[in-house]
Amino acid sequence: MRKLKVGVLCCMLLITHTIQAQVTFPVNGVAEPKDGCYAFIHARIVQSSLATLDDATMVIRKGKITAIGKDIAIPKDAVQVDCKGKFIYPSFIDIYTAYGIPTPQRQGGGFNFFGPSQLNSNQKGAYGWNQALKTDVEAARIFVADEGKAKQMRDLGFGTVLTHQQDGIARGTGAVVTLSSEKENLTMVKEKASAHYSFSKGTSTQSYPSSLMGSIALLRQTFLDAQWYKSNPAAEGVNLSLQYFNEQQGLPQIFEANDKWNDLRADKVGDEFGVQYIIKGGGNEYQRIPEIKATGASYIIPLNFPAAMDVDDPNEVRFVGLDDLKHWELAPTNPGALEKAGINFCLTTADLSNMSEFTANLRKAIDNGLSENAALDALTKNPANLLGIYDLVGSLEAGKLANFVITSGPIFNTKTTIFYNWVQGNQYPVKPANWYDAKGTYQFAMQGNGNKSFQMELKDGGVASFIAKDTLTGKYTYDGKLVKLSFTEGRGPRAMETTMSGVANGEKWSGTGADPGGNLFTWTALFEKALQEKSDSSRSPKPQELGKVTYPFLAYGEEKMPEQENILIRNATVWTNEKEGIMEHTDVFLKNGKIAAIGKNLPEAGARVIDGTGKHLTPGIIDEHSHIAAASINEGGQSVTSEVRIGDNLNPEDINIYRQLSGGVTTSHILHGSANTIGGQTQLIKLRWGADAEGLKFKGADPFIKFALGENVKRSASTQGNPRFPDTRMGVEQVLTDAFQRATDYQNQWKAAEANNKKKGATPVVVRRDLELDALVEIMNKQRFITCHSYVQSEITATMRVAERFGFRINTFTHILEGYKVADKMKKHGANASTFSDWWEYKMEVVDAIPYNAALMSKVGLNVAVNSDDAEMARRLNQEAAKSVKYGGMREEDAFKMVTLNPAKMLHVDDRVGSIKVGKDADVVLWNDDPLSIYAVPQYTIIDGTIYYSVEHDLQLRKKDQEEKARLVAKMAAAKRTPGAAAGGFQRARPRYEVMHTCSEHEHDHGLLIINADDELETGDNQ
Amino acid sequence: MKKLFILFLSVAAVIKLSAQANVYPAPEQKGLLYITHATIHVGNGTVIQDGTIRINNGKIEEVGTALPVPNGNVQVLDVKGKQVYPGLIQSSVELGLVEVSSVRASSDVNEIGTINPNVRSIVAYNTDSKVINTLRNNGILLANVVPGGSLITGSSTVVQLDAWNWEDAAYKMDNGIHFDMPSLLARRGGRGGFGRFGQQASGDPVERAMTQINEVKDFFREAKAYLAETDHPHENTNLKFEAVRGLFEKKQKLFIHCDIVKQMLIAVDFVKEFGFDVVIVGGSDSWMIADLLKQNNIPVILNQMHSLPTMMDDDVDQPYKTPSLLQKAGVLFAINDQDDQFRGRNLAFNAGTAAAYGLSKEEALSAITLNAAKILGIDKMTGSIEKGKDANIVVCDGDILDMRSQIITDAFIQGRKISLDDKQKQLYERYKYKYGIQ
Repeated sequence: MRKLKVGVLCCMLLITHTIQAQVTFPVNGVAEPKDGCYAFIHARIVQSSLATLDDATMVIRKGKITAIGKDIAIPKDAVQVDCKGKFIYPSFIDIYTAYGIPTPQRQGGGFNFFGPSQLNSNQKGAYGWNQALKTDVEAARIFVADEGKAKQMRDLGFGTVLTHQQDGIARGTGAVVTLSSEKENLTMVKEKASAHYSFSKGTSTQSYPSSLMGSIALLRQTFLDAQWYKSNPAAEGVNLSLQYFNEQQGLPQIFEANDKWNDLRADKVGDEFGVQYIIKGGGNEYQRIPEIKATGASYIIPLNFPAAMDVDDPNEVRFVGLDDLKHWELAPTNPGALEKAGINFCLTTADLSNMSEFTANLRKAIDNGLSENAALDALTKNPANLLGIYDLVGSLEAGKLANFVITSGPIFNTKTTIFYNWVQGNQYPVKPANWYDAKGTYQFAMQGNGNKSFQMELKDGGVASFIAKDTLTGKYTYDGKLVKLSFTEGRGPRAMETTMSGVANGEKWSGTGADPGGNLFTWTALFEKALQEKSDSSRSPKPQELGKVTYPFLAYGEEKMPEQENILIRNATVWTNEKEGIMEHTDVFLKNGKIAAIGKNLPEAGARVIDGTGKHLTPGIIDEHSHIAAASINEGGQSVTSEVRIGDNLNPEDINIYRQLSGGVTTSHILHGSANTIGGQTQLIKLRWGADAEGLKFKGADPFIKFALGENVKRSASTQGNPRFPDTRMGVEQVLTDAFQRATDYQNQWKAAEANNKKKGATPVVVRRDLELDALVEIMNKQRFITCHSYVQSEITATMRVAERFGFRINTFTHILEGYKVADKMKKHGANASTFSDWWEYKMEVVDAIPYNAALMSKVGLNVAVNSDDAEMARRLNQEAAKSVKYGGMREEDAFKMVTLNPAKMLHVDDRVGSIKVGKDADVVLWNDDPLSIYAVPQYTIIDGTIYYSVEHDLQLRKKDQEEKARLVAKMAAAKRTPGAAAGGFQRARPRYEVMHTCSEHEHDHGLLIINADDELETGDNQ
Repeated sequence: MKKLFILFLSVAAVIKLSAQANVYPAPEQKGLLYITHATIHVGNGTVIQDGTIRINNGKIEEVGTALPVPNGNVQVLDVKGKQVYPGLIQSSVELGLVEVSSVRASSDVNEIGTINPNVRSIVAYNTDSKVINTLRNNGILLANVVPGGSLITGSSTVVQLDAWNWEDAAYKMDNGIHFDMPSLLARRGGRGGFGRFGQQASGDPVERAMTQINEVKDFFREAKAYLAETDHPHENTNLKFEAVRGLFEKKQKLFIHCDIVKQMLIAVDFVKEFGFDVVIVGGSDSWMIADLLKQNNIPVILNQMHSLPTMMDDDVDQPYKTPSLLQKAGVLFAINDQDDQFRGRNLAFNAGTAAAYGLSKEEALSAITLNAAKILGIDKMTGSIEKGKDANIVVCDGDILDMRSQIITDAFIQGRKISLDDKQKQLYERYKYKYGIQ
């Protein structure tokens, strides 16, 4: 048998030319038709995770498997390949690549708060309005095989990939191709296999969308437009982008989300339109497994585990985030966590900084809980099934493509090497030299200069022993044909070496050598028997200590969310905000998330008792104007963006949620920024630290929308001129008028269409559903309410008049620093006012701002709130309210209402929150001092009867986080000390920066590690 | 008829006060002025109950509990029930250099160039800035006006906030040179708004910053050599070197604006190598090396107490409690309020927050009075209500550190009783009038 093996060697090493030919192509030279029939015999064939055959045969012909099994006839024309001791696996499939697809060139662009805007698409032709919708891209048309990349992937064991252009929000179709080096005509397995989407507009230079929520809104509107386009609307003409979008809906829909929260956001958009996306994740899905599981989606998971950081400098470690450290430790558990949860997933090489990390990281994932079967499925059967190509690839069965790898052992073992990767019946060597196992014992004899004979043993690592009376140690190398041998006699400086080389002819090797004296001799070696293989011991992972996933996955997160309790606060000074006023020595009982009783000597009834003696209990603070807890805030791409929704992109892992709990905030109104006149829909949240996006939402509250006036919307800060209408307050008024006129007309069109469509026999009229106008119609129908960023009296009055003309009211003017000048008009109009206490003189429209504003407006009879618009100030809103005691002499109780009951009223939730009244939500704060005093510090912040913050618990969390950080830093340091730790495998300690969103209002710094989201947009970092 | 008359009078009052331009700097204080029955918060940690302050020609002549008030030609202000404080001091602000920050033409903060020791803030200081009077209303009577920019930004001057022009305003001219140390933080890796991981920007900002810091050191080395030669021929006068003479002669301090530990440790170099009096401005991480700062006698101006923790993992109240940590370690520190939106008027409340998180109220007061004066080099003239100092005094209805009770009723700069009117009060009056509110 060994002879045969050597015979096969030649053909295996030399034949790499292809076996197939296309009949339409002219012949140059001799046609040379071939069937490419091979029989792989005596192999251990792993057909799939479920079926393994021992000592079996596989026959391939014309690039396909023709037979596979234990006792099958070997065709006479088959080249036989002895695979004794070898393993054959189906080659891997990567479902997420851009293999052979040109990388689109990025030209910058996007909305920049200080730069010019591009309002229309740059794409020429009969395409849609938005440059980020690239449904016209077909991977099959632009695919060009790339042998260099193909080899890289084949060397990792891949045979088939799905490829597509990774650019834009809608990205067109993907094609399945093999990694064979044949002409593209033959390697393309399925030319339209998938349709692709993402939240990133990629190379689009168009201003819209400039935010995550804008991307979501654009997708949503595109679904509606595509649906409408099916009715062949005359006014639209031909819109190829929508046509292709519709055509592509039948394909597997793949969404690049790249992050756990984006995974959920993508799935939610899909749910709205009955689409189940296959989601390309980000590798942090393990942090929210229940939510990820609930999507019901299949996932494509990268193995981009972060490199350990250099932690030898404590001053750099000081800025490393606990979440980054934890992710370093837990990222390799991601695939295992998905498997454990029963989530269908594929693995991909995408997002690896270096393709060669794939194998090592896959092994890491297996060491961290991923079963080998699941790993194999994730690389073969699962992607094949998702793409509907399991009849062709994904397992080894007759009729499928001859895509397989031959390995030295179980494919995921550390010591296993891939010898060959066969793609469509073509053989590609990976590490062919290792095919031949020379390990074993040999009869060795030297002739010439004194005959000697030994028993020669060749072992792992090129170690040779020459055994006679004594044992001489030596070395060997063997590449299947050529041999080098040596042994040493004596030790130290007196050691003498004998060297030899030769050729293997089957089981007999022979050659020549030279002894230490330079005398030549000849030698022969005859194979006796193989060495007994030791089992691969490296597969037994050491049990490791791993940190726990916390909610949120951040400092101050917890393994278990805090739970609702029944709580009795005893003997506190209770600021009720009701007619009872401030009640001394009073008990408040919180039960099932509600305020159940207020009085003296209330029974304990098994409740947790908190001593309120000497302390003040107030309703939780409500911030009418906040920009925390969102992934994006400003969609500045257009002047009217009422279709975008903050609620689409809440970020539950904003540390400012926790920081503000420590300042007594329980409810926040998260507003769109002020980059445009009609901004986006707002989201009211409760600061339920640790909850997911849905869990943060204040359920059942009236929907609101943000409007803005003045300098920001007319883009006064734009240094390169402003092509976007409006550029003056005159224009702002017209943007508003036009928007509501269009909305009125739109509503009329709907009414007319509905009336028409009820008539029998009438040609149905289809009106395009416009999400932008829908929101405005809601406003006019008093189903949605406005909070309007505003400063100077002219714009305030103008806006009220526009609203009145269209029959609605501005619910709230926010900022409203000149509200005191037109408070009487606002009162008549019916507006609320939400203002800053004492900001002024940082831009022209606030030079007349006065700190007496809140007091003056209150005195005129407006419902007035004080808001933060600032993540830091929100922690001290009680103090901001107190400033009206100083500026304007407000009563303390009334001042405190400006951050509790009054905002509750203007947000229409005063039936739920804002005062301490039986039946209202148990959202309360216990302070150590009068809540209007600068010395007041919250001791407990309670939402829905759940303690989300307490001073005491905060100290425990600090300690726990510090210990966890220390443990992880020590672990990283130990990783670096481990022998064989590659320096390249480490990265410099990375400061944990924090992206902060603002109204585009801010002048002051938040700190060293804060990145202003507006600056971020300028550099395009988050596109 | 009588009512109408009253109304008419108030209209007249409004018209008279319709612009801040009508708020006049007070004339020089002459003769004796007594402030009596005062609760005197001296500024050095002590409190005198029912005390009297005797002011003569703008100076505090005596402070005590049993000072006789002579009959006759003396002014007396009885402040029974009120709190009396030294005038508060802003230690590092852009006051008077920028009016409306978004309007480029109204800003004189940042000069072009990186080594500008010869640039002087005082010559651009606008005594008619609308912001100034709002600060006086909150007890702030002195401010160190600091130029911005990068690296060596120029010299600051302490001004008193009641003056016709900058020459009148200058309280301590060119008290220090300012060095804005570049950041020593590695640039961010990815994880932006769209949740991407692992993007790594190119270039090493730390290396670049170290190069810049060395440029500054080289500048001082050359300046030292230049200044060592006392007999300079007249044809090669170097204005920049001349501008730092005061540093070497210890007539000026070097204010180094920096925040993180490595920056502050580098700041120590300027003490060791050049012998400068160094002050750290910013110092958000100063609590981490309080003992080293103490050993090197480096004081700290904490720029903005009301700020978020530096690092998201930090204690949520870290900035608030930093002063108490410095106090415990014995570091001389001042609290500053450099905020572009409140425009600095909340200085006392920043100190109040420090008092809520570990400082005593009197320690917190020192951080905005006597400590600031020491750090700015004006403690011989002001910073506390003590004999021999200028009569820079604020009278307050309640606790000056708490917005709940801070109403400034009277203020004196160099004994001059200054107007507490400002543009904002005038607008308040104007619209109270409009709405008929009393």
